[in-house]
Amino acid sequence: MTIKTKLAALAGGFAIAAASSAALAANSTITVGMQLEPPNLDPTGGAAAAIDEVVYANIFEGLTRFSADGSVRAALAHSWDISEDGTAYTFHLNDGVKFHDGTAMDAEDVKFSLDRARGEDSTNAQKALFAGIANVEVVDSLTVEVTLSEPDGNFLTKMAWGDAVVVAPESIETIKTHPVGTGPFVFSRWVQGDRVEIERNPNYWGEPVALESATFKFISDPTAAFSAVMAGDVDAFPNFPSTETLSQFEADPRFAVIVGSTEGETILSTNNKSGLLGDMRMRKAIAHAIDRQEIIDGAMFGYGTPIGTHFAPHNPDYLDLTGVSAHNPELSRKLLEEIGYDGSAIRLMLPPPAYARRGGEIIADQLRAVGIPTEISNFEWSQWLEQVFRNKDYDLTIVSHTEPNDINIYARPEYYFQYDNPEFQEIMSTYSVTTDAEMRQALAHELQTMIANDYVNGFLFQLAKTGVANAKISGLWPNSPTQANDLTGVSWSD
Amino acid sequence: MIRYLALRFASLCVTLLVASMVIFAIVEIIPGDPASFMLGLNAEPDTVAALKKELGLTGSALSRYVGWTTGMLAGDFGTSYTYRVPVSELVVARLSVSLPLAVYALILSTAIAFPVGLIAASRRGTATDFGIMGATQLGIALPNFWFAMLLVVVFAVGLRWFSAGGFPGWDEGVSSGIKALTLPAIALALPQASILARVMRSALLETLGKDYIRTARAKGLSRRQAIVRHALRNALIPVLTIIGLQFAFLLAGAIIIENVFFLPGLGRLIFQGITQRDLVVVESVVMLLVFAVVTVNFLVDIAYAAVDPRLRIRS
Repeated sequence: MTIKTKLAALAGGFAIAAASSAALAANSTITVGMQLEPPNLDPTGGAAAAIDEVVYANIFEGLTRFSADGSVRAALAHSWDISEDGTAYTFHLNDGVKFHDGTAMDAEDVKFSLDRARGEDSTNAQKALFAGIANVEVVDSLTVEVTLSEPDGNFLTKMAWGDAVVVAPESIETIKTHPVGTGPFVFSRWVQGDRVEIERNPNYWGEPVALESATFKFISDPTAAFSAVMAGDVDAFPNFPSTETLSQFEADPRFAVIVGSTEGETILSTNNKSGLLGDMRMRKAIAHAIDRQEIIDGAMFGYGTPIGTHFAPHNPDYLDLTGVSAHNPELSRKLLEEIGYDGSAIRLMLPPPAYARRGGEIIADQLRAVGIPTEISNFEWSQWLEQVFRNKDYDLTIVSHTEPNDINIYARPEYYFQYDNPEFQEIMSTYSVTTDAEMRQALAHELQTMIANDYVNGFLFQLAKTGVANAKISGLWPNSPTQANDLTGVSWSD
Repeated sequence: MIRYLALRFASLCVTLLVASMVIFAIVEIIPGDPASFMLGLNAEPDTVAALKKELGLTGSALSRYVGWTTGMLAGDFGTSYTYRVPVSELVVARLSVSLPLAVYALILSTAIAFPVGLIAASRRGTATDFGIMGATQLGIALPNFWFAMLLVVVFAVGLRWFSAGGFPGWDEGVSSGIKALTLPAIALALPQASILARVMRSALLETLGKDYIRTARAKGLSRRQAIVRHALRNALIPVLTIIGLQFAFLLAGAIIIENVFFLPGLGRLIFQGITQRDLVVVESVVMLLVFAVVTVNFLVDIAYAAVDPRLRIRS
């Protein structure tokens, strides 16, 4: 064989290898686009949504977990018993669960994970989830008893959060760069700045997943995201940043546009202790000046559901209170006259997301229309966190509060809205210890009505989840009950 | 000579010291801290405090400055707050994209600019010259990110010859790495080539007016022979200066192109570091860049001294 023919044979071999890997790639692997790269891969040590978007349900699992519809179901614990008084939860763990490093997952690991999250040195971003835990006790290797200081109607939901997953004690040192969980996918590698790769876990305790591997690719620029999907570099982009191009994908049979809901209540957060804004009538005037639909159409390209309080419309306990703050500029002007508003300017400070920047322009315009001069300033996140969120040096801002069931933030007088209503706080504390579903609903309605009538914030819309994917992919979550890209049910249709 | 070098070296050290102070001070006064950024809206104050302690953000500014600079002298650039890996590792990983991209773009721009500049100079005043001058003017005027998007639309979205972006990593094979860098390199090279071609043309025209060219022509060399044998080499000096400047720009200044093609390069590392308040990354990477520029200048100074005897005699 001459060198030339050898080369040709080699090249042929490559071509075959390439073709077969392409064929393989077509039905057993997926590339998922994400706008932000996770800063690290430890869901118990950071607030970044991008962490959960990679690891939740794929690499890490908790005692319970969220389903696609937002309901909470069993995960590492197959069942649980709740004591009569509602303060003791006995979790029965699945047998034969192994961490990716081969060690067994047992009650000790659960105790370790919960104690680590609520401990003094804990850097858990949602430490409040664990505040009600008084004690965690190992009954036997597959049974854990968690004692709460008071009953908590929401406890099983709290345990479903990404911040409450079970971690392997031996892996803590390297968890930020090399996560070791119990999930159906094993972490394979992280090319920082570019992608994270995961592979099917051959020793998974539950039902094995259809995909052999998956790649999360990080593309921050919306235009680049559009090109990447169009060019087929990315198979799915569940939180697609270039909303204005969705109609183009809708018209293209190769792609499917997936529209769902999120837990993100997007609100015009108001500093209830800043000058005139302390007057409920002033906040009411602002609320009636706002035309929600105009904001949804103008800033969100029509995606989003109007809300009248701080609760997700898809939640069965939601109460439609949009009428309380219906668009009524006449009423706004009358209220402003009544309080003798002197026309002094109001500061609107906007964080980077498009909903805030674009929505802010429209709101400022609507406020000016009723005679409230509004000054916009744009902030980047760190700056916003410091000045607006921590130091509360602001009048108005726009943020989407993406945590599920987070109406409890209105019971924290030191929170950046600075809403201090003892009556609300009292109902809230009853609500959080109530376990009866009917009672909970009644209380939830009361809470929602109270903040709507107090015009604590301008309640704008529930953030939509708009994604785009190859039309042959099924099993992606349409909604976002928690920030996750659960790939366990994802498969290709041929 | 030794005194000259010692002076140059002392100035290098002082420059680095001052730069480190300026960088540290600027990073210090940016509002916002990494711990609050990482923990988000729902974090409890004691959690933020615990994380600050873990990250080593609790000491005084002076002690942190001393820790940072002495660490760097020992080759330790610190550990990224967000990624939790050594900064040096991040820089090496990013350089493995940025450096080949810069070299690739530079090779392309030189390969285009040299012949184009040469043709324009040797056909001065003709339609070809005017055509080339017009085209290079356009090349400079076109924003390179726009040109980049155009390349993506045509070659990635339309023809699907290339990926729309991303970088597979060199361990996936050299050819796939080069392929991934091709569109970004072209986008970067076009404006650089336009500038370089114009510099090349005017440098050539200037040398063509020199006495030694007239002598060469008088000896019987054709215009073309005179250009290739005598003018070209002398015209290279300003061209090389421009190439040097362009290389420094391409290394860290390619951030816009990195964004369009979502490449994990050095520019994006700095940008990300700033938005996420990963201050140690910002400080150390900027310091490294300062070091690179200052060192190159120092080496150029030495080269001047070697080339230009007057510098040696004066000192």
